[in-house]
Amino acid sequence: MWRRIREIVIKEFRQTLREPRMRIFLFVPPMVQLIVFGYAVNLDVEDSRIAFLDRDQTPASRALHEEFEGSTYFRITAVPHGPGEAQELLDRGEVVAIVGVLPGFQRDIERGDTASVQILIDGSNSNIAGVVSSYASRVVANFSRRYLPGRERALRMRMIAASGIDRPRAVSLPGLDARYRVWFNEDLRSRNYFVPGILVNIVTIVTLMLTALAIVREKEIGTMEQLLVTPIRPIELMLGKTLPFALVGLVQITLVTALSLILFRIPLRGSVLLLGLCAVLYLMTTLGSGLFISTVSDTQQQAMLGSFIFFTPAFMLSGFAFPIRNMPVAVQYLTYLNPVRYFMEVVRGLFLKGVGAEVLWPQMLAMAVFGTAIVTISALRFHKRLD
Amino acid sequence: MKARRLAAVARKEFLHILRDPRSLLMALGVPFVQLLLFGYALTLDVDRIPTLIYDADQTPQSRELIARFDGSRFFRIDGFVDDRDVIQEALDREGALLGIVIPEDYSEQLLSGGTADVQFLINGSDSNTASISLGYIESIMTTETLRLRAAEQDRRTGLEVPPPVEPRLRVLYNSELKSRNYIVPGLIAVILMIIGSLLTSMTIAREWEMGTMEQVLSTPLRPSELALGKMLAYSAIGVADVVFIVITAIFVFDIPFRGSVWLLAAGSGLFLIGALFTGILVSAITRSQLLAYQASMLVSFLPAFLLSGFVFAIEAMPRPIQIFTHIVPARYFVVILKGVFLKGVGLGVLFQEFLFLLLYALLVFAVTVRKLRQKVA
Repeated sequence: MWRRIREIVIKEFRQTLREPRMRIFLFVPPMVQLIVFGYAVNLDVEDSRIAFLDRDQTPASRALHEEFEGSTYFRITAVPHGPGEAQELLDRGEVVAIVGVLPGFQRDIERGDTASVQILIDGSNSNIAGVVSSYASRVVANFSRRYLPGRERALRMRMIAASGIDRPRAVSLPGLDARYRVWFNEDLRSRNYFVPGILVNIVTIVTLMLTALAIVREKEIGTMEQLLVTPIRPIELMLGKTLPFALVGLVQITLVTALSLILFRIPLRGSVLLLGLCAVLYLMTTLGSGLFISTVSDTQQQAMLGSFIFFTPAFMLSGFAFPIRNMPVAVQYLTYLNPVRYFMEVVRGLFLKGVGAEVLWPQMLAMAVFGTAIVTISALRFHKRLD
Repeated sequence: MKARRLAAVARKEFLHILRDPRSLLMALGVPFVQLLLFGYALTLDVDRIPTLIYDADQTPQSRELIARFDGSRFFRIDGFVDDRDVIQEALDREGALLGIVIPEDYSEQLLSGGTADVQFLINGSDSNTASISLGYIESIMTTETLRLRAAEQDRRTGLEVPPPVEPRLRVLYNSELKSRNYIVPGLIAVILMIIGSLLTSMTIAREWEMGTMEQVLSTPLRPSELALGKMLAYSAIGVADVVFIVITAIFVFDIPFRGSVWLLAAGSGLFLIGALFTGILVSAITRSQLLAYQASMLVSFLPAFLLSGFVFAIEAMPRPIQIFTHIVPARYFVVILKGVFLKGVGLGVLFQEFLFLLLYALLVFAVTVRKLRQKVA
């Protein structure tokens, strides 16, 4: 039996690697994906482009201009002359916010009134808008603070003059100081969070979709019948067909991990051996699913669409970019049936937190159960389809 | 180019699509599943952050601070603990994202006019959620500081010190700040790219694989007619998908639609044509379905998903990638979609984007025809 399986594996490897373009396509797209994903997938908001509409043109409004310019969050890229021009910048998406100073800004401050700064934010990307509005408030609060001591002094003087009572004692005012301590991803780099997730994505695509397509291909071209007249048994054929992709998957995991460590400097705090073990468990589920899709498809197009329909929700509901705890409760329960979720947790746990099997065993157990189940079901179906 | 031959190819391809109901069902099912996911399940909104509190002070003052967090919709207080280590462990196991530690001398400091240190322990692995929560914490703490100071001043002087400058924020286009409002319109671009180029990329490759391409080539059919005919047949699926998504987006998910329907139709049409020709081009080059699939994933789906500004902002990318996004058609289409849905802008603002989509479709068509002609020769 093992001899025959070995023969198929060898045949399969030759067939796949014979074509130079296929060789390239097995290994180049994952690398390109990693690089593009790694650089492009970034939810950090920094250096946002804003417009500064100054209709006061006084030292105070210019000081506010400098306050915004000096902050690391913003870059003033436009100084429009009127509200119409400012609105158009926002419409065209050239800036994410407009900071507007109305005439009388300095006068209001000097009089002891509250001057207002108008901030118009492009809300179309709600994520960015939320961050920008909190940064903008922070900048304005900082700016406001510099007028506070003067204002208190002025008030006290006025009070003293009015009442005639002298109260010269120095007063200190209470305050709150927030001390932050960020765990696991100290610099809050979204890359550290996403790149390990990309690894999951790449491995899944290759092992799931390529397995499904490669098997259906034999059916479509009609060479499956030829294989059936040989003494090869269905289970051997199945193993022979999936093992090469398992190997390809493992090689890819190694390559992609190495590249993430070298290129993106993602910390890998956990055990490499545990990562390998979990990868094998996970590959069982993806190869099993690929096999399953191949048993329900007759053409490669169907297999492609089928794996797409399976893969997209599985990936989206894995917590890769969209946090699971934000999903409706019913969907949150649904994600427990999603093997990608478990591998995602394992990979992030190993890379960022450096936790070990004592924390990750539920995930590993879940992957093992899913893997065994799907491989068994597919093997039974595969068997039946061939008989 | 003859209309009769063109119609014949389109009809043949269309029959081919209809004959395979499973593929057809899935081609219509992909957008359905995606829409369901993004409309109901997926959101980047950060709220109800699970929070644990360790209040070592246990005074009216500390409870007042806790009430500020409890009252905010961004935080959800999951419990009170009496040990820092419990917080640490909850963060490890993802049981909580945030821990607040109020020190023993909190009220003492405040009453004596000092500064009280409140510690925030944050699980930073999801940096997006973490940095947005930092913003919320900061704003609660700033407001609370100002309130405490104003109260203290009132008590001492009997006079109110108004804040010198105050920000007045107004959010345009998506005032409730729902991530769904920008993700669902952008989804149209992603789905059209999937359907457009993944489906078609396999059609010509299949003809090569099955050997029927030779038969097609022996007919008087011209390459341009073949490409256009195939494109027309598959565009029917694309149009059905767009209509379905737009109607669901507006009526089921309440996505605001402020622009012109015609502009949306024109933009979708142009983009769809470009996507379909991209698929046919990939197909003509690779000749194998497996390769065609891999290649079209790489040139169509990934750029449309990642480099279009659909979820991930282009401004946050490194410069070389930002420059690269200028040749990604989905980028322009996403601008059109957000413009038409959320901003309600017209052709005056979106002119450049339309021009690019038109040029892209023409260019890819020309290259495809050339490529097919080479293969014929």
